[in-house]
Amino acid sequence: MTTKMKGAQILVECLKREGVDVVFGIPGGANLPTFDALYKSDIRVILTVHEQGAAHMADGYARATGKVGVCVATSGPGATNLVTGIANAYMDSIPIVALTGQVRTSVIGNDAFQEADTVGVTRPVTKHSYLVKDVRDMARAVREAFYIARTGRPGPVLIDLPVDSTVNETEFVYPEQVNIRGYRVQAAPPIQTAQVQAAAEAIKRSTKPVIYVGAGVIHSGAAAELMQLARTLRAPVTTSLLGLGSFPETDPLSLGMLGMHGFEYTNLAVAECDVLIGIGARFDDRVTGKPDEFAKKAKKIHIDVDPSSINKTVVVDYPIVGDVKDVLCLLLSMVKPLDTDAWLKRLQTMKEQAPLTYREKDRILPQYIIQQVSEATKGNAIIATGVGQHQMWTAQYYQFNRPRTLVTSGGLGTMGFGLPAAIGAQFGCPKDTVWDIDGDGSFMMTAQELATAAKHRLPVKVAIMNNQFHGMVRQWQDQFYEGRYASSELNPVNFVKLAEAYGCVGIRVERKADVRPAIEQAQSVKDRPTVIDFLVEQKEDCWPMIAPGKPHFQMLGTYEMLSKDGGVAQRRRATPDEESKLSLG
Amino acid sequence: MNEKHTISCLVENHFGVLARISGLISARGFNIDSLTVSATEDPTVSRMTIVVDADAVKLEQVKNQLNRLIDVIEVQELKEGQFLDRELLLARVQVNSKGRGAVEELLKRFGGRIADANDHWVAVEATGGTKQLDQLIEQLRPYGITKLVRTGRVALEK
Repeated sequence: MTTKMKGAQILVECLKREGVDVVFGIPGGANLPTFDALYKSDIRVILTVHEQGAAHMADGYARATGKVGVCVATSGPGATNLVTGIANAYMDSIPIVALTGQVRTSVIGNDAFQEADTVGVTRPVTKHSYLVKDVRDMARAVREAFYIARTGRPGPVLIDLPVDSTVNETEFVYPEQVNIRGYRVQAAPPIQTAQVQAAAEAIKRSTKPVIYVGAGVIHSGAAAELMQLARTLRAPVTTSLLGLGSFPETDPLSLGMLGMHGFEYTNLAVAECDVLIGIGARFDDRVTGKPDEFAKKAKKIHIDVDPSSINKTVVVDYPIVGDVKDVLCLLLSMVKPLDTDAWLKRLQTMKEQAPLTYREKDRILPQYIIQQVSEATKGNAIIATGVGQHQMWTAQYYQFNRPRTLVTSGGLGTMGFGLPAAIGAQFGCPKDTVWDIDGDGSFMMTAQELATAAKHRLPVKVAIMNNQFHGMVRQWQDQFYEGRYASSELNPVNFVKLAEAYGCVGIRVERKADVRPAIEQAQSVKDRPTVIDFLVEQKEDCWPMIAPGKPHFQMLGTYEMLSKDGGVAQRRRATPDEESKLSLG
Repeated sequence: MNEKHTISCLVENHFGVLARISGLISARGFNIDSLTVSATEDPTVSRMTIVVDADAVKLEQVKNQLNRLIDVIEVQELKEGQFLDRELLLARVQVNSKGRGAVEELLKRFGGRIADANDHWVAVEATGGTKQLDQLIEQLRPYGITKLVRTGRVALEK
């Protein structure tokens, strides 16, 4: 006969069977049984400073490793503090499981101490959720939660655990099989071969193809198939922000990132292409600009595991639902090399005529710092970021070469993501060098997690682009609000002292000549976090830029494209007058 | 172009499922005319009939988004002419005993009946398709409708 076990023990047993080696969280009244069971197990429990940090750590861990990240919080405020992190994972399809404490089932709905309707609050930002009211449902709920989180289009799943479901006892029977009748990943309709064939035919007729890649390629583990497709077709590859790393940016076929702050030549390539092959991307508004104008001349193919992503913002000609890797394997068997010589040559010319560049100024420029980090790490580090200008500059100036090396908040745009996500990534990948490239505004939102990193002597490196502004907000205020800096100026903070207060190494850099040595110094610190406080140019703008809702051929920034008849393009610098005409309104 | 579409969903019959579906509908900004939930022959499963006002692209989105929910087992669009649909209407009409005959005549044509009555009003009951009930309401209106309630459409595949 099987011995009876407490719900919390069953939970921990199930976590072990899912391969969970680390969880991030904070204990409290309602989840003490869970923490007690974790304490007795060999699962590593990382106490964070704030629950938002725990959720972002689980997220960063999942992005860097491809495994499911786990965060734990108590009821009420513990759970609501997780919400931003859960929403962040939901928008970017990141597999995490959130375990929340809940008041006893007998008092649910009574406004008990530290009670919140956690399942209700998180319903719109989770892939699914469970309220385990009976200990006998524990094992099944945990098993299903992990299965749902990591399969199909991944996403966060929450398990709300009333105290009694964790302390009551039952026999532990591990459900070997998962059978959810409303969720059948394996039994999903087979890939529509005819539809792939039709797409292959469209590709065969193309002379100006562009492959547009999102994070789906990374989730599906299809980077090799993507490379093979690009090589076979001799087609250039552009990625969304979250797709960075799926295709090496050192490859001649790489066009880097497209969209609002994408490269000018990349956006023009998309505007001119005759076939656009969208793979595991969701045509986000930051990518498409004005949806009606997006790749207007192209036949559009869209491969995605989630049918609801297809035709959501941009209507496509060849929708293909299926796992990206499976579809690419099939497509590869149907396509032949294309004659794209003229097209690649034209793109090369465009690239040379309008390279990504910046003008030197008196103080250090963030773009330069990020280039130096890229060189010093040979594009091989794991890079987490906050959200804002520094994030876009990281996307532009860091050369990403392998999947799962960019850990950034794409869909939700969560400031404060960088440091905790870097910590989670470092726990998941202890041998990798992990940097958090951050802004002062973004960093300060979760800076307290330095305590977590210092406690575990993590060698995370933080590079703060300290401009004493919410820089992207300031840039928009200059561009669209006549320079009225409404609440975008920040108080100067001495981040060296802050770092030292937490037991980290702090370095201040004010001169360009000191940038690289500081980066090298940080790389040599192996036993604790390092924070570099880079005092950068305060009002540097992030260019190029497509104003919100504008088409790709109307970019703001340093260059303007002038098309002549016959498709011959010439470039010159836009005058300030022309730039202002292109702005909103 | 927007049109009315009838979607029939099989969903898990447990706690919180209606909240998930209504939450999804409002979060995604879909316009719905009616939503009914009821038991089926299988006690673990409920059927929802949702009437959506949407164009073809939006309709596809509604179906896909519903399908994403783990608790939704099956989503089926019922095409015009391929299903039976009914709804129930109850209305209070201001007629005294003298005027009642005319209302009774009208109801007879629509297959309805008087469910309750007193000196001041009659309670009218009718079942039928949406358009049929719309017509009935138009014809009852001159008598003075003071209260009206409809169940929303339930539908069964032919």
